[in-house]
Amino acid sequence: MSNVKIKVISRNPEDYLRATKKDIHKLPRNYDPSLHPFEAPREYVRALNAVKLERVFAKPFIGNLDGHKDGVSSLAKHPSRLAVLASGAFDGEIRIWDLTSRKCTRNFVAHEGWVRSLCFTPDGETFTSVGDDKTIKSWKTETKSFDDEEPINTLLSMSVVYGISHHKTKPIFATCGEHCQLWEKTRNEPVKIFKWGVDSLHHVAFNQVEENLLSACASDRSIILYDSRESGPLRKVVMELRPNSLSWNPMEAFIFTVANEDYNLYTFDVRKLKHPVNIHVDHTSAVIDVDYAPTGREFVSGSYDKTVRIFESLKGHSRDVYHTKRMQRLTCVKWSLDNKYILSGSDEMNIRMWKARASEKLGVLKPRERTALNYSEALKEKFAHHPQIRRIARHRHVPKHIYNAQKELRTIKEKNKRKEANRRSHSKHGAVPYVAERNKHIVKEDE
Amino acid sequence: MKTQKKKRYFETDQETSNTGSNQDNVKVYNIKINQKASKRKPHFKNVTNIKKAKKTFPGKASISADKLEKHSRGERLKPKLVKHPLYETKLKKKEHKLNYAQEQAARSEILLTEEQGCLQVDENVKTTSISQKTIKENVDIAAATKIFELNLDFGPYRAKYSRNGRHLLLGSQKGHLAAFDWVTKKLHCETNVMESIHDISWLHVETMIAAAQKEWLYIYDNTGMELHCVKKINKVLRMEFLPYHFLLATVNEYGFMSWLDISIGELVSQYNNRLGRTSVMTQNPYNATLCLGNSKGVVSLWSPTVKEPLAKILCHKTPLTAIAVDNRGMYMATSGVDRSMKIWDIRNLDGPVQHYKLRSAPIDLEFSQKDMLAVGLGEVVEIYSNCCTKTVDRPYMRHRMAKSINNFKFCPYEDVLGIGTSNGFSSIIVPGSGEPNFDALESNPFQTKKQRKEAEVKALLEKIPAELITLNPFEITEVDVPSMKEQMEAKKKLLYLKPKKIDYTPRHKNKGLTNIARKKIIKDAARKEHIEQAIEARKILNLPTNEKIPKQSFGVLDRFIPKHRTKK
Repeated sequence: MSNVKIKVISRNPEDYLRATKKDIHKLPRNYDPSLHPFEAPREYVRALNAVKLERVFAKPFIGNLDGHKDGVSSLAKHPSRLAVLASGAFDGEIRIWDLTSRKCTRNFVAHEGWVRSLCFTPDGETFTSVGDDKTIKSWKTETKSFDDEEPINTLLSMSVVYGISHHKTKPIFATCGEHCQLWEKTRNEPVKIFKWGVDSLHHVAFNQVEENLLSACASDRSIILYDSRESGPLRKVVMELRPNSLSWNPMEAFIFTVANEDYNLYTFDVRKLKHPVNIHVDHTSAVIDVDYAPTGREFVSGSYDKTVRIFESLKGHSRDVYHTKRMQRLTCVKWSLDNKYILSGSDEMNIRMWKARASEKLGVLKPRERTALNYSEALKEKFAHHPQIRRIARHRHVPKHIYNAQKELRTIKEKNKRKEANRRSHSKHGAVPYVAERNKHIVKEDE
Repeated sequence: MKTQKKKRYFETDQETSNTGSNQDNVKVYNIKINQKASKRKPHFKNVTNIKKAKKTFPGKASISADKLEKHSRGERLKPKLVKHPLYETKLKKKEHKLNYAQEQAARSEILLTEEQGCLQVDENVKTTSISQKTIKENVDIAAATKIFELNLDFGPYRAKYSRNGRHLLLGSQKGHLAAFDWVTKKLHCETNVMESIHDISWLHVETMIAAAQKEWLYIYDNTGMELHCVKKINKVLRMEFLPYHFLLATVNEYGFMSWLDISIGELVSQYNNRLGRTSVMTQNPYNATLCLGNSKGVVSLWSPTVKEPLAKILCHKTPLTAIAVDNRGMYMATSGVDRSMKIWDIRNLDGPVQHYKLRSAPIDLEFSQKDMLAVGLGEVVEIYSNCCTKTVDRPYMRHRMAKSINNFKFCPYEDVLGIGTSNGFSSIIVPGSGEPNFDALESNPFQTKKQRKEAEVKALLEKIPAELITLNPFEITEVDVPSMKEQMEAKKKLLYLKPKKIDYTPRHKNKGLTNIARKKIIKDAARKEHIEQAIEARKILNLPTNEKIPKQSFGVLDRFIPKHRTKK
């Protein structure tokens, strides 16, 4: 018994208790897995809670900008300032908004009839509007004196003008109407006129990466591609129904998405126009406008079914749907350049601001908040395919008319499928071929 | 010391002796040769020690393999199994993150403040001979207060510690119920319920106590106030609280098992296990299943959702006396009336890992956090250390008392074993039995009231549903394989035989039978036929094709050879 050495756990409470009341509590950690049992089920429960909380906090509507006396026909976002927005209405009025205070800073009647389209110049100093009165007017964004209220420049077009889009760097802009016309700032006549036997073009958009490329939507159900350096148009795709507007992917120069009259959106690759890369379904009425997020990963679409939908650019179904009781048919949508907000203009004279991610917390996050959010985000991703979690994450409440329309569309689709299968089973082998959905909606491609 | 160097065939002894002489005037650093690095750059091997010494920042310290293994989250990914390169890169990225997390967790062990207890004696002395008295003399005053004895009058006592090891609950056969903070010896409450108490349990916090009394289950708060009398559960013999599921699992005299969700006060499940009276029950802390030992020597594992045992093993041929499962859910110790004790690997239940013969039949068994096993033999408690992986011939410690043992529990995060005896409670020190470093977010012995309240809310938010109690708790993260298998089997069946379409309308009306009965007859007949066909088809498939041995050929005349007939 002479030489015994005994060591026992004996904790000094001073090492584990805080010294003063204003001190923080001491929390010793030990990451030994045997002290943290049920890792997997606990993570699952946390993921379930996180996804439930996401739905609880999903309140995307931020506010509305009212002031227009007629439906909003077009929107334009400032290329460098997040708070500035220009909007045109069906009564020819243009309003400039300050989004932080949600107030109209300036309003004036610019055109007789509609303001068909608006666009800012790349430097953001001026913006240009086109109207039903065949005029193209340039305005100063900021007014210092009374003279600034008047248009800087007024161009008279020989034919109707429906859309306008500005070149990314050069002082060139394109308008569409009877033909696609290229204008230079200093000249009164169009520099170039592109024709392709079409009676009218209603939307035109410059590619912001591959700068000389532009495309237009035509009333003969086609999409036409142009190169501003060449004399003639490049290509044309004819679809089954009319494309309403299109938006270029800001990160992938060769991708654009078209909002179509047949309730769908189509993503095309310029290099292969024969078939769309992807079809984005879910709207229950004609899609009127589309705009890409600055990341190029997502886009927003506004439809005649009174909803705004957000799609991931690689996926066929929408990620989210926004609607309010009072919002009527959408006329234009825009995704803000900080990738956080969505602006939508609709028939009933309002412009609405939405969060791009419905449950995101706005404002500054504390580091602990951020880590907690990141953790729950990772958990949601890990357990995303569990039926319960997927069900909660996907669930959206939609208005009755949408719900019914979706149901109807589903039955129609099922009916068609069934009919086709029946026809196939009762006819000669190969007589009724399988056609991919993405090939069904394209009529032809012209060069 | 010098770094090991491979001797090459062209190196003479002289050269090596030269380098040896170099060593005398150069300060030598002992650098561990990284095997990988040496593989990549073989020519670096010949660089002299001087150059290595110049390397001031050798990078991160290496981590030992067993530490890494401890924090491992399973096997690595096999890249060949992934079909698409996109998913392969994705999985590789994920794996990289997991490896990083594992490494960080292993590295953080350096921050642990406390060390595990130990007992060192001279070589000729056995640790068994160290008595509590010597321990008391050799440890500091604070630790010495952990050896104490309570002499109480109300018959055999059962004792249980709270989950953070700070509070102790005593319940006696004669109705004495007491809860106290055993470190400061501050009494929370003490009552006599005037009924026999069969078992006791702390609930998720130390403010609530469950007591299984003569007839019903009662819940008290820490002042001794009766909160609930649960009349859905009667005549309880044993109780276990599953802290992560908020379930109070009980088994009663008639073999009814019930799981009571104490957060909402509803029974999750209640059924009869058809084992009769079983007073041996414990929980597996790894997967929250219950282990029941019956009088036939069979241990069965139970979960609330399945009314059959998840697994059964015949452990002893005599009635069981005690079961214990270790913290990591790896080993189970069982003991029978036949005085034997067996250690089982609970994850694959084939054959005992160890088999011990004891002097008498154990009354109770209990694993500590550091895998020491306490065995109660009449009036003696023996503590075995490391008895699962190898066979030990003598106990690590032995404590003899002048009263019979009722039950005992190791105190979590302390080197203490609390023993409920026939006339009181005694607490002894077992060096090295407890986990020295607690995780404050999991269970904190120094918890304040506010922290406790916060932890309670968090724990309630993370309450695991009872359906997730399965043998493998990681099942939820696995891919649903069996359904896939079922699908494949279904497909296989389709390949062999197509089930016939059966016309149910009979041609002749058989009077006296109902339509349904007629249909049933037809159905049965068709099914029988189908089954016969299936059996035959299977026979044909399984039979080795011995018969098709090429026979002697006569050319054109083959057609006159009599055909071989298969027996029906």
